[in-house]
Amino acid sequence: MRFAAILKIAFWALGRNKMRSALTMLGIIIGVGAVIALVSIGQGAQALIREQMAAMGTNVMYVWPQDVRGTGGARGASNEQGTLSDADVFAIRNEVPVIAAATPIVTSNGQLVFKNNNMRANIQGVGEEFPIVRDWNLMAGTFFTAADVESRARVLVVGPAIVAELFEGVDPIGQAVRLRNQPFEIIGVLESKGQTGVGQDQDEAVLAPYTTVQRKLLGQVLPRVNQAMLKTVDQEGAFILAERMIDVLLRERHGIPPEAEQPDFSLGNLTEIANAAEQQTVVMTLMLGSIAAIALIVGGIGIMNIMLVSVTERTREIGIRMAVGSRPGYIRLQFLAESIMMSLTGGAVGVIFGGLCSLLIGQFLQWNTWVSAMSVMISFGFAAAVGVFFGFYPAHKAAKLDPIDALRYE
Amino acid sequence: MIGISLEATAASRRPSELTQDAVIRLDHIHKTYYMGDIEVHALRGVSLGVGRGEYVAIMGPSGSGKSTMMNIVGCLDHPTRGTYYLDGRDVSQASKADLADIRNEKVGFVFQSFNLVSRTSALENVELPMVYAGVRAKERARRAAEALEIVGLSDKLRNLPNQLSGGQQQRVAIARALVNNPAIILADEPTGALDTRTSVELMEVFQKLNEERNMTIILVTHEIDISEYAKRVILFRDGRIVKDYPVTGRRNATQVLRELPEEEDEEDEAEGQK
Repeated sequence: MRFAAILKIAFWALGRNKMRSALTMLGIIIGVGAVIALVSIGQGAQALIREQMAAMGTNVMYVWPQDVRGTGGARGASNEQGTLSDADVFAIRNEVPVIAAATPIVTSNGQLVFKNNNMRANIQGVGEEFPIVRDWNLMAGTFFTAADVESRARVLVVGPAIVAELFEGVDPIGQAVRLRNQPFEIIGVLESKGQTGVGQDQDEAVLAPYTTVQRKLLGQVLPRVNQAMLKTVDQEGAFILAERMIDVLLRERHGIPPEAEQPDFSLGNLTEIANAAEQQTVVMTLMLGSIAAIALIVGGIGIMNIMLVSVTERTREIGIRMAVGSRPGYIRLQFLAESIMMSLTGGAVGVIFGGLCSLLIGQFLQWNTWVSAMSVMISFGFAAAVGVFFGFYPAHKAAKLDPIDALRYE
Repeated sequence: MIGISLEATAASRRPSELTQDAVIRLDHIHKTYYMGDIEVHALRGVSLGVGRGEYVAIMGPSGSGKSTMMNIVGCLDHPTRGTYYLDGRDVSQASKADLADIRNEKVGFVFQSFNLVSRTSALENVELPMVYAGVRAKERARRAAEALEIVGLSDKLRNLPNQLSGGQQQRVAIARALVNNPAIILADEPTGALDTRTSVELMEVFQKLNEERNMTIILVTHEIDISEYAKRVILFRDGRIVKDYPVTGRRNATQVLRELPEEEDEEDEAEGQK
C-alpha cells in the first residue's frame, strides 16, 4: 500500500466529519497555543535578562556599601549614609591590577528644564571612565573628562529619549538646561540601549560628573557613593581574583579585621546576578510550559475519544477494507494517520495561534515575549507524539477486528 | 438417514474431481466454533474441487454451514482441520496478513448488502482493492473505469453509492470484485436485496463474466431460480455436502430478460420469483 493512499484516505475520513475533526483539533490547538504563548512569556523574560546583561557591558562588577543588594540595589542606599567613598573606588582602580576601569555611581533626581519643556529625570553621577565600564558610546558630542570631574563642572550627557522628549528636534549639544534650578550644559548624547529589566529606560539616562552630583545636587559634605561599577580585564578568573583583592583592600581601608564575617560592603558581578535571575525565569518557563502541556494531553485524550467512536462507527467500512485485501497493519496505519493528521494540523494551527497570543500579550500587557524556534519545535513534536500515543490504542483496536464480524456489524 | 447415504455418494465422487487444474480444492475441511462449553460443528469434513471457469451455486438451509464454507473459501477464516488449496497454494494455515494479501489477489467478494464504502464514488470504491495492492493512482483510475464499463456503469463513475439504485450498487460491487482479476468471485446472496428484474440483470452480468472471461464464480443463494443460472449446484446440510449436481435446463439471463415485461409493478415482481 502506498503512503500517498494512506494520507488520502485519512484526509477523506477527517473531511467526512468536519465539525467533529475541527473540535477534536481544537483541543490540540489550545494545548499547543498555550505552550507556545506561556513559554514565550518565560523566554521573553530570559531574553530580556540576557539583552540587559549585554547592554550593561561585559566583565562588569559592583561594589555596594553595606549590604543593600537585597533592598532594591543601589538606589535604596541613597538616603543612607553609606561607607563607600570615592577614594575607595580610586584605590580599587589603582591597586587592583585586574580592574581595567572603574566609576563611582551617585544617584539623584530632579526636574530637567529646557525652555518651556520639562521632565523628571533620574540623574546618575559617574566618573569619566563610565563609557568604558558600560561599553557605551556617544552618538554626538563628547563625554566629560577627568578635568570636568575634578572641577565639578555643570555638564550633562543624556540618552536619546531625553533628546527626543525635551529638545524636540533641536540639536541638544551646547544647549543650556536647568536642573534643580542650576544651569547645566549638554555636551553629549548617548547611543540607544533600550529598556532594562526593571522597567528603567536606559535611553532616559542623564549623566553628570559624580562630584557635581555629590556637591551641587545632593550637597554632601562628606562625599559618599552609592556604588562602584568596575570593569575587569578580559581574562579567565578575573572576577574571582578581583573579588579577593578588593575584599582585602577594602577591609584594610575600612579597618575591618579579615576574620570578621560581615564587612561593610558587598561585592557582586553582573554575570552572577544575571544567572540567578535567569535561573528563576527558566524555572518559571518550565512551570508555565508544564501547565500548558496538561492542556495538550487533555487534547490528546480528546483525539483518543473521537478515534474510538470513529472505529466503532466505521466497523463495517473496516470489514469491507479487510475483505478486499487490507492487512490489519494497513488498518492500523490508516487510523494512526488520521489521529496524527489531526494532531499535526492542530499543532500547526496551535503554533500560529500561540504566536498570535504571545504577540497580543506583548502588545497589550507590555510584556516581553519571545517565541523561540525551540519552543515551536518542542510543542509541535509533543503534539505529534500525543497523536501517536493516543491514536495507537484506537488504531490497534480497529486492526484487531475480525473481518467477518466487522462485515456483519450493524 | 437419506442424508447419510447422500453424503456417502458425494464423498465417493470427490477424488475424481480433485484435478490439478482445480482453482479450489478443499480436503476434509472441519470448522468448529466454541461458544462457552458448547461445540458447534459448522463444517464436518467437506471435500470439494472447483475447476477454472466453473459457475457453482451453493444452496442449503440456514445453519447448513454454507456461510462458514464461504468464509473459508474467501480466506476470511481458517478451517479448524483439513487443507484448502486456492489456486494451487495451501492457504489453510496462512497468517492474517497473508490471508489479506490472498483475498486481495485471488478473491473478489460480492455481498448481499453491497458493502460499498459510503460517501465514496463508484470509481473510488472499485479502486479500493488496487489501493491495497499498491497500484499507482493513475493506473487505478484507468482499471476501475474499465471494470465499471464491463458491468455497464461507465456513465456513473462519479456517483456516490446513495445516488445509485440497488442493482447499480451491486454492479459497482461486482466491478470491485473483478478489478484485481481474481481467481474466484464469491457472491454471497447477491440478489437477496434486489427485485426480480434487477436480479436477472445481475445474473446476466455473472453469466457474461463466466462465459466471456472464463471467470470462476461461486454463488451462495437460497433461491432455486437463481441457482439455475449456474452450471453446477452444491447442496449443504448440517455441515456436509449432501448433493452436488450439474444444472440441467440452465437458464439464460439474456433470454429471460427478453421475455420479462419491460415495466412491472411490485406485485408482478413478487410473482416473477417463481
